[in-house]
Amino acid sequence: MDVVVLQSLEPLIEALTSSGYTVVGPRVEDGAIRMAEISSGADLPAGVGDVQKPGRYRLTSGDDGMVFGFAASPDSAKRYTQPPRQTLVRVRDEAIEEVEQEAPRVALLGLRACDLAAVAVQDRVFAGGRHPDPAYLRRREALFLVAVNCAVPGGTCFCVSMGTGPKAVAGFDLAITELASPHRFLVETGSERGGEIVALIPHHPATSVDIDAAEEVSRTAASRMGRQVDTDGIQEWLPAAHDSPRWADVASRCLSCTNCTMVCPTCFCSTVEDVTDLTGQVTERSERWDSCFTLDFSEVSGSHVRSSGLARYRQWLTHKFATWYDQFGTSGCVGCGRCITWCPTGIDVTEELACIR
Amino acid sequence: MHPMTPAPFRVRSRRPVRADTVSLTLEPVEGPCPPFLPGQFTMIYARGVGEIPISISGRTRAGGYLQTIRAVGAVSRALCHARRGDLVGVRGPYGTAWDVPAAAGMDVVVAAGGLGLAALRPVVRELVAHRSRYGRISLIVGTRAPMTLLYPRDLARWSHAGIDVQVTVDHPDHAWQGPVGLVTRLVDRIVFEPRRTAAFVCGPEAMMCAVADDLVRRGVPAARIVLSLERNMKCGVGRCGHCQLGPLLLCLDGPVVSYERAARLLAVKEL
Ligand SMILES: Cc1cc2nc3c(=O)[nH]c(=O)nc-3n(C[C@H](O)[C@H](O)[C@H](O)COP(=O)(O)OP(=O)(O)OC[C@H]3O[C@@H](n4cnc5c(N)ncnc54)[C@H](O)[C@@H]3O)c2cc1C
Ligand code: SF4
Ligand code: SF4
Ligand code: FES
Repeated sequence: MDVVVLQSLEPLIEALTSSGYTVVGPRVEDGAIRMAEISSGADLPAGVGDVQKPGRYRLTSGDDGMVFGFAASPDSAKRYTQPPRQTLVRVRDEAIEEVEQEAPRVALLGLRACDLAAVAVQDRVFAGGRHPDPAYLRRREALFLVAVNCAVPGGTCFCVSMGTGPKAVAGFDLAITELASPHRFLVETGSERGGEIVALIPHHPATSVDIDAAEEVSRTAASRMGRQVDTDGIQEWLPAAHDSPRWADVASRCLSCTNCTMVCPTCFCSTVEDVTDLTGQVTERSERWDSCFTLDFSEVSGSHVRSSGLARYRQWLTHKFATWYDQFGTSGCVGCGRCITWCPTGIDVTEELACIR
Repeated sequence: MHPMTPAPFRVRSRRPVRADTVSLTLEPVEGPCPPFLPGQFTMIYARGVGEIPISISGRTRAGGYLQTIRAVGAVSRALCHARRGDLVGVRGPYGTAWDVPAAAGMDVVVAAGGLGLAALRPVVRELVAHRSRYGRISLIVGTRAPMTLLYPRDLARWSHAGIDVQVTVDHPDHAWQGPVGLVTRLVDRIVFEPRRTAAFVCGPEAMMCAVADDLVRRGVPAARIVLSLERNMKCGVGRCGHCQLGPLLLCLDGPVVSYERAARLLAVKEL
């Protein structure tokens, strides 16, 4: 694996743009760090940090000039791997036409190790089984993934417990570690096309000092996890704890608002909707994000299988941490902490699991 | 092709089978109809309304699917109102199947509640087609009223073909002389050698559990009692998440599941 050092990200952004990618990276918008289109290094959030706690998210500003000094954003790669709404087919007259889904060439800049793990989980869901989705595969192929190794984990992060971070080890085209004094970027190449981009920009090979400094960044990050989960045997003990009194306790705090499932980078559940135009001639059928927290998600035989909030919360947590293994051979949780930060009542999955155990 | 893209099919015939239920035969607009196994289902799409899972009840001479649909909501109602020649979408067949040949040499119990007979029809037809391979075969059917009995002509034919067919109704009319009450009552009236019996069961969940528990009590191994489970299904191909029952995605790991596997899961309320 080639390892090089860049003094600035400007040439990288230019090279990606000139290679036909729209560059999407972290930008301050609406008081949060969102994933949005960026046209130059100046768009990156220099000096911005974040404070994340259960039910709380706040940006901080400083003058260290670091452009990746924050943790998980409410956005993830999911918007690009599984867009919130996709048209599937168009029906007109006597024909059912498959709609060609877009596969835009996008470079996602700033994905964290947990985000890459989440993409790998989605790969298993949409392309790893008996019914692979060709549109998903085209979208994935068109995505260029630039990872950033976390220096400052968020207060709700637990990637170390889930074995997904904080250092990106696979699944990226390029992986960046931001280094201070002097400010520079160590860049590892993870794919052939990653190497082709690096070849386009001025760089010099990394020295052992650079590499040691980058390792130190990941080591320090690993020691500063906001939270942890004991995953030992979780595939067995969590489903077996279906009658734990804790479920009623957490259900009394859960609003079934679906926030956790919307921000989660692996939650893939969807539903399908038909919309017919005003003339009645053309019907479009589309797939959109759905959530197991809604009542009609489990509607069947004139009733709802999971009519209580308790059952819906239990379904979500048990699926994420246990039954996902049965279905897809991997955990459904990558430890990004988003569901904890963005839960309006501050429900913390790590705390719930510790209590249920 | 995308796994969510339905293939165009045409309604070849439509036959009301009782007040709220219609049997359709569906044939592909182009090409052959994919083969199916007993217990498998398709996702049938009614244009502008939606798509629902429906069991395949048989194959037509021209190679299409026979499917029996009860009008309970928007999509099923639209399909029940479909007319001959209408275009519908079909995806599948999907899901696990009842392994009928594996019951060779054994006694067989087929238990249907209500519309469950629609899913079990291919099982019985397979048994009848190879009658001599099996021991005693019993078909027990529970239905709301004599008028709501599905496939009465098939039942008569199967009875002649050497199958012990027994029907019970919840609400008898004046002419009814048969048993009244739950289908579980019929379990006591049929003859089988429990240790050498395979059972195929489909109907409302409570009915299936009651029948399966009775059979287990009589000594039939839970692994040889095989049910067809119903959950909400939006995709049929393992990508929408709606059909989960604990570790199972019922569109892929089901709908046909052994009681040995299902009992523990069905016992958990609201799983
Ligand atoms: C594997 C599988 C095989 C199936 N095979 C058949 C079949 O062969 N024939 C058949 O008619 N149905 C079958 N069903 C059930 C069928 O899919 C549902 O009836 C259908 O999805 C209802 O959709 P809808 O849009 O018509 O009703 P919805 O608009 O979804 O629901 C309308 C109302 O009907 C209620 N409802 C939904 N499903 C049922 C039901 N099964 N029974 C009673 N009320 C219900 C809803 O709760 C709601 O109150 C099968 C289901 C599965 C999972
Ligand atoms: S469950 Fe929560 S912590 Fe785990 S991947 Fe989803 S959002 Fe992140
Ligand atoms: S756990 Fe929190 S975010 Fe998730 S549905 Fe409940 S209240 Fe909403
Ligand atoms: S029906 Fe969609 S996952 Fe099973």
